[in-house]
Amino acid sequence: MKILVCITHVPDTTSKISFTENNTKFDISGVQFIIGPYDDYALARAVELKETHSASVTVLNVGGAETEPTIRKALAIGADEAIRINAEPTDSFFVAKQIADVAKDGGYDLILMGRESIDFNGGQVHGMVGELLDLPSVSPVMQLDIEGNTAKISREIEGGKESLEIGLPFVAGCQEPIAEWKIPNMRGIMSARTKPLNVIEPSDNEKKTALESFELPAEKNAVKMVDPDNVSELVDLLKNEAKVI
Amino acid sequence: MSGNTAMADQSINRKSFTDAFSSPDFYEIDDLLTEEHKLIRNSIRDFVKKEITPNIEQWCQDAHFPEEIVKKFGDIGAFGPTIPQEYGGGGLDYISYGLIMQEIERGDSGMRSTASVQGSLVMYPIYKFGSEEQKKKYLPKLASGEFLGCFGLTEPDHGSNPGGMVTNFRDAGDHFLLNGAKMWISNSPKADIAVVWAKNEAGRIHGLIVERGMEGFTTPETHNKWSLRASCTGELVFDNVKVPKENLLPGKNGLGAPLMCLDSARYGIAWGATGAAMDCYDSARRYALERVQFGKPIASFQLMQKKLSEMLTEITKAQLLNWKLGKMMDEGKATTAQISLAKRNNVDMALKISREARQMHGGMGITGEFPIMRHMMNLESVITYEGTHDIHLLILGHDITGIAAFS
Ligand SMILES: Cc1cc2nc3c(=O)[nH]c(=O)nc-3n(C[C@H](O)[C@H](O)[C@H](O)COP(=O)(O)OP(=O)(O)OC[C@H]3O[C@@H](n4cnc5c(N)ncnc54)[C@H](O)[C@@H]3O)c2cc1C
Repeated sequence: MKILVCITHVPDTTSKISFTENNTKFDISGVQFIIGPYDDYALARAVELKETHSASVTVLNVGGAETEPTIRKALAIGADEAIRINAEPTDSFFVAKQIADVAKDGGYDLILMGRESIDFNGGQVHGMVGELLDLPSVSPVMQLDIEGNTAKISREIEGGKESLEIGLPFVAGCQEPIAEWKIPNMRGIMSARTKPLNVIEPSDNEKKTALESFELPAEKNAVKMVDPDNVSELVDLLKNEAKVI
Repeated sequence: MSGNTAMADQSINRKSFTDAFSSPDFYEIDDLLTEEHKLIRNSIRDFVKKEITPNIEQWCQDAHFPEEIVKKFGDIGAFGPTIPQEYGGGGLDYISYGLIMQEIERGDSGMRSTASVQGSLVMYPIYKFGSEEQKKKYLPKLASGEFLGCFGLTEPDHGSNPGGMVTNFRDAGDHFLLNGAKMWISNSPKADIAVVWAKNEAGRIHGLIVERGMEGFTTPETHNKWSLRASCTGELVFDNVKVPKENLLPGKNGLGAPLMCLDSARYGIAWGATGAAMDCYDSARRYALERVQFGKPIASFQLMQKKLSEMLTEITKAQLLNWKLGKMMDEGKATTAQISLAKRNNVDMALKISREARQMHGGMGITGEFPIMRHMMNLESVITYEGTHDIHLLILGHDITGIAAFS
């Protein structure tokens, strides 16, 4: 079985977010980058399947050379080889097209990725990859088991859970609790040194969107504490200051 | 790309993995590390956050050695990171080893003791002085955590002066007969094997591998420690223990052999103590910013700022010392005196920082809600074992003057 896991290289969730160049560029100074947490779940499940189903795992990232430490970490966690498509991942369609172009001749039985990235939170790439490859795509997948040529999946839906059976190959956007995040061990880190990381150039450059500017959410107002004995002050504030009653 | 410009997702919480811990790196020492070093450091940090930090207060309060951690340390690769991979080790350099010790001791000095005894004091002598059969037999099992080992040098009457040891063995035909007792031995109550230093008939010190189950060999536990409570400590008692001759370490004898092991362990301690200091500093900085007295955060008082500034200064100096010493270790040219300087300086620095940090936490500082008092009590052992604070001073004094003030 061949598994392709697509990973993003995103700011750690505790990063302080700011912008430069007239709010058109994300300021990366001092920011630590990680494997997208949802992608990390997908990778963890792929590595488990590698052990139970003797699968081979390829990780793919669309990004510049600065993403290589993130890719090496994925290799240390257990992927066998990596592909980096040397381009800025600024547009969901563009990224999906790059992935589909690599995957179409790769003979992958499973194409896994996170349900969404945590930088732009588009949540569109898995659907587009499925469409471009004419494969089914499902998301968000919370459980994934393989039996022969079929996968048993459970998926979160509005207000509940859906259980599906689906034939290979297909595309899945993953989320917890599909697997637990894996921490690379020292042996994995050593063996990642020599695993292949192939860099290829993007197949085309078509983008469907263009970025205009970023804006931070409005800061929350300070909280005002009112003594529980002082209900009239609270009513007064709600009425005259907050103007909600 | 969707219209959603939120750059950080609120719904996903990696807090248990990478919380806001600001490992102080004031001089951008990370620039001196490779990407692989950083991955190693961050992986061990994640491991400690997952496996140690959530439980360590309870383990210490209960004086409980979590035996299951041995296998987990083996899986992550914390045992013998510098031992070649063919023997199950990590095949990593000394900077990596140091970073691993730093992160484990940021969690707890007792946990780090378990790992450094196994790596530097058990695997290292077997690797350096052992026969090929001994290496093949023991190293992979020690690396994986299937075996736990201990190192027996100190005796009840011979601590700073190990050369005076009385534990001895004599040739009894097809085996050796080992007699004597060791004290203060980390891991001893749970150890599967012990690397024991003892004198032969000629008074020459040799290393022997003693296995649990050999007749006459017992490992009574030392109870009621106020320090390193999550690490188990005990004695090794040998009453006419028959040790097979092939268990003698053939590669080196004399006091120099155990001292070489101590060099490797002390190097790791220099990094480890820095990790404990980083944790104390981080906790103190956060607490000072949050705790309000006299209408403002206590961090706004000059006396608090002085303490934090001095902590950061000392941590930064220790980090640079560690890095340069690590480079010299990798080049194979670090001397015992250079290692003594770093062990002595960094442990003392960490102990002082833990004491200051404890005071900065006020009453909260004595509770298990914060790691400070635990670090402080742990470091009282760390400043004593592997050569006391003063003995390292004398090692340096000897190096400077050529005159031994102890012999
Ligand atoms: C928790 C813990 C774990 C340990 N684990 C191990 C282990 O795994 N294996 C092992 O072999 N040992 C271990 N030790 C033993 C440790 O290495 C010794 O405690 C240490 O070497 C000091 O020996 P001592 O306790 O006998 O003190 P002593 O040597 O009696 O020292 C007492 C005091 O006298 C001072 N002193 C001694 N000689 C001189 C001198 N010439 N000049 C000036 N001052 C001097 C010392 O600095 C110290 O302050 C451990 C100890 C502890 C506390």
